Amino acid sequence: MAAIAAPIPERENYLNKEYGIKSWLLTTDHKRIALLYLLSITFFFFIGGFFALLIRLELLTPAGDLVQADTYNKLFTMHGQVMVFFFLIPAVPAVLGNFLVPMMIGARDLAFPRVNLLSWYLYMIGAVIMLYTILTGGADTGWTFYTPLSTQFATNVIGAALSIFVVGFSSILTGLNFIVTVHRMRAPGMTWSRLPLFVWANYATAIIQVLGTPVLAITLMLVALERIFKLGIFDPRLGGDPLLFQHLFWFYSHPAVYIMILPGMGVVSEIVSCFSRKRVFGYKFMALAVIAIAVLGFLVWAHHMFVAGISLYAGMVFSFLSYLVAIPSAIKVFNWTATMYKGSISYSTPMLYAFGFIGLFTMGGLTGLFLAALGLNVHVTDTYFVVAHFHYIMVGGMVIAYLAGIHFWWPKISGRMYPEFWGKLAAMIIFVGFNLTFFPQFVLGYMGMPRRYWQYSPEFQILNVLSTAGATILAVGYLLPMLYLLWSMRYGKIADENPWGAVGLEWMTTSPPTTYNFDETPVVTWEAYDYEHPPLREVPVER
Amino acid sequence: MSDSPHAIATHDPNLQHHFATAEQQQDASVMGMWVFLITEIMFFGGMFFGYMIYRYLHYQAWSEGSQHMDFWWGTINTVVLLCSSLTMAMGVRSAQLGRRKAIVIFLVITILFGLAFLGIKAIEYHHHWVSQEFPGLHWHWEGPNGQEVALFFSFYWAMTGFHALHMIIGVGLVSYIIFQAQKGRYNESYFNPVENVGLYWHFVDLVWIYLYPLLYLISNKHTSG
Amino acid sequence: MFENLPLWPARASTLAGNVDALYIFLLILSGFMCLAIFSMITVFAVRYRRRAGVEAEQIEGSNALEFTWTFIPLGIFLVIFVWGTIVYFQGRTPPQGAAEIYTVAKQWMWKFQHIEGQREINELHVPVGRDVRMIMTSQDVIHSFYVPAFRVKQDVLPGRYTVAWFHATKPGTYHLFCAEYCGTMHSGMVGSVVVMEPAQYEAWLSGGGASGSLAETGQGIFQSLGCSTCHRMDTQGRGPNLTGVFGKPVLLEDGRTVTADENYVRESILNPGAKVVSGFKPIMPTFQGLVSEEQLNALVAYVKSLAQPPAGAAGTPNLKPPTSQTPKTTK
Repeated sequence: MAAIAAPIPERENYLNKEYGIKSWLLTTDHKRIALLYLLSITFFFFIGGFFALLIRLELLTPAGDLVQADTYNKLFTMHGQVMVFFFLIPAVPAVLGNFLVPMMIGARDLAFPRVNLLSWYLYMIGAVIMLYTILTGGADTGWTFYTPLSTQFATNVIGAALSIFVVGFSSILTGLNFIVTVHRMRAPGMTWSRLPLFVWANYATAIIQVLGTPVLAITLMLVALERIFKLGIFDPRLGGDPLLFQHLFWFYSHPAVYIMILPGMGVVSEIVSCFSRKRVFGYKFMALAVIAIAVLGFLVWAHHMFVAGISLYAGMVFSFLSYLVAIPSAIKVFNWTATMYKGSISYSTPMLYAFGFIGLFTMGGLTGLFLAALGLNVHVTDTYFVVAHFHYIMVGGMVIAYLAGIHFWWPKISGRMYPEFWGKLAAMIIFVGFNLTFFPQFVLGYMGMPRRYWQYSPEFQILNVLSTAGATILAVGYLLPMLYLLWSMRYGKIADENPWGAVGLEWMTTSPPTTYNFDETPVVTWEAYDYEHPPLREVPVER
Repeated sequence: MSDSPHAIATHDPNLQHHFATAEQQQDASVMGMWVFLITEIMFFGGMFFGYMIYRYLHYQAWSEGSQHMDFWWGTINTVVLLCSSLTMAMGVRSAQLGRRKAIVIFLVITILFGLAFLGIKAIEYHHHWVSQEFPGLHWHWEGPNGQEVALFFSFYWAMTGFHALHMIIGVGLVSYIIFQAQKGRYNESYFNPVENVGLYWHFVDLVWIYLYPLLYLISNKHTSG
Repeated sequence: MFENLPLWPARASTLAGNVDALYIFLLILSGFMCLAIFSMITVFAVRYRRRAGVEAEQIEGSNALEFTWTFIPLGIFLVIFVWGTIVYFQGRTPPQGAAEIYTVAKQWMWKFQHIEGQREINELHVPVGRDVRMIMTSQDVIHSFYVPAFRVKQDVLPGRYTVAWFHATKPGTYHLFCAEYCGTMHSGMVGSVVVMEPAQYEAWLSGGGASGSLAETGQGIFQSLGCSTCHRMDTQGRGPNLTGVFGKPVLLEDGRTVTADENYVRESILNPGAKVVSGFKPIMPTFQGLVSEEQLNALVAYVKSLAQPPAGAAGTPNLKPPTSQTPKTTK
């Protein structure tokens, strides 16, 4: 019940409730844990980004003249491992998901707050091991650890494998937490069919995390054991099979890419809906689509192995299934577009990022069709075509969706608005820089430039120069939000409860929220995205 | 005021603040344990998958390796674990009925069974080690299929090794439950942790039920003379 | 059409045109889809931009639209799938009678052994207008044989043979790249494929200091390693007579039947206990560590070269009679 009290200088919220390092390091508040993750993954994003910059600088010239060959191999390996395991996989679920999923379903916290904190500590332990691996020279197996290179040659394999093993458990526990939370912690009236699509997306992601990550864990364990004890499970000279490694590895690593993209899709659904002031078109299909992607995503792993030595018939099966998994993604793109039809669209920063996502994800997804075509895959696999494809989805899709979400929910998280001009500027710089970096790589790939090449044939140079130019622009684009978001925490305009006029439980509580999110457990009587009859809440206290 | 928890009928000391009711907490807790066990299935699943592939490709060697397992120790261990699951279940039942002493007794017996299992496993490992049946590190094999038998043993050590690790963790968890039960922590309305540790224990037992025939009972029908 | 575009790889094999056609189709399709989606978004963003007094229209969805944009893409995807599969099968089914070249990949070079005896490192001479089948293995880690101009790529694995084939159509020199990351000098494991007119190729073959054909080299190894002691050319040997064995089914001691392809011969030398021929004892010693990959290739070539036994001659006792004359080879 809302009561009007005398105006107070600053409301108590999750940020100012307690001060001191202990209150942060021993917190069980999902919102604080989300911020702990925000710090950690941002740190690793810049480390991975730094490696990328060095890679692109080396590739300015055909000869290997900036770093040595071994160093280059370590750079792309560490870039991949850091970005995939320490940034992309946790970014939306552990930051935005942690912060918002309980609020969106009307709960006071996740089902297991202490397990949530444990997840973060596991991430940090994995992070320390990864930093140690980097500082002692870095692994040079490629992020894919193919055997027998990783079991018999290569360096620092055990450090890298161990760090990923540990951070994998962080991911598993986050997934476990989300699944139980969504099943058991929904507020009265919050039925499955009223869940925000962001929750559906994180739920589908959690299923993949829980089912897939353990397989990576055991696979990396076996690689480590083989390396230490010379076992021979993956070594043909000892009766083993290197292809077994690839099957086990990709069984996780393909669904992993859906772990990375699905939460981003959830973010985009929320933003497109809010800034068109309309419910998402085809809600049921959108919810089913994320589940379909999660399920089908487990059935396509060997499309990474079409030239690896699998039979032609196996190739056919996986190619066919890969086309099937493209369908729900396509459906989502069409539905987002249809949501804008007859909407009332505002071009705020989050919406600009959402436009970017839809465009770039469409391009990246379409190039997936190229790769799934068996006859064409033979030519373009293991070339820059693949590199361009997955960067379009991971960077053009996922990173942009992440930034969209950070901006969209920034007022809720920090209680401040970011500066809109700089937000829009950064979004546009990122969009331009991104395309310049990665579009030339499609051409490079078809021309035949293989990936993971420290030196390359001279006719590939002009496209590489364009790509590096784009990378520097992209770097500037990424630095800007770092700076102005920090600035806004002190000097940004104070945000009210619902600066965007959005529909959702998280917008029906204070910005920033109190520790337990809601004064009283909400009772939900409206459908998701009900912009026609948006649920109102009396704001109890003046600021 | 902004922090006040919504009204609850009675202040249950076992109810954590983010749950609305004890029933919700219990449901969530059990569901969480089941989801965790599913991840464990996937974890062991990777090894089972590799095992099945190589068994299909190298059946002879698999069968030969299996002949070198300590059949009787393995069988005894299977019985030991089954008994331990029984006493574990009795322990959970005692917790449900709020019988403090019974919980402790049954769980102590469970631990004893668990330790017996680990002890027997140690004997088996020692035997395999002195027979030079540890691939890579300490290996010697007479016979034509050395390579593939080494592969079998790799899986043997890895699968039983991870299983034993889970047993050790299980013994630790049960010890913790005994310690808490001694203090009277569990009663008819709060016995969730006992239930969850029970689930974990049964799961580890189940993994052994699969490991035993796959490693110890491969028939030698198809081997050549 | 696209011959001289600087941003397009050369087209120098019969497969290249097929792959390019599929690629161009997908480019057009993707271009069209992007145009459609981007223009719709732009139009909506402008037409329905926020204006005072104009409310958004709440539309729940449309099952009809959902089914349309599910099944039409599905149909198109199935077309692409079938097309891609056809090109894949074409590109990975070597025709009968192809000329064979053995390849050994190692960190970080390509070694080629022509049947006629020529050896090359990092440079591969092939004749134009002929089917060529590469029988490849690796000495260490996984590599990948990639010739962009031929649109051909195949991973090269340690412990077994994998096969690639092509039919070169234009004389010239084309890039050969290793396409599977294999360690420090992965990017240096490059070379060229030199496609020559048939007359030039013959001249090149005879010009080099080849010490006999690959099969002859193999025969020499077969004798020097003592293989002929057990694998005699009659039925008295402790091991099967290898005449006419290649490409035919072999009955094994455990009841299985396998085809004697390149991988079978290779495995029999390195791990003889794995597949024991029915009627023989598992007494063959392993030659793992005693033969190099190149020597293995020579031995395989030799076994392949052993002619069919003339009708009526005694063959190995437990072999099933051949069902067809055409030898089966590793796919």
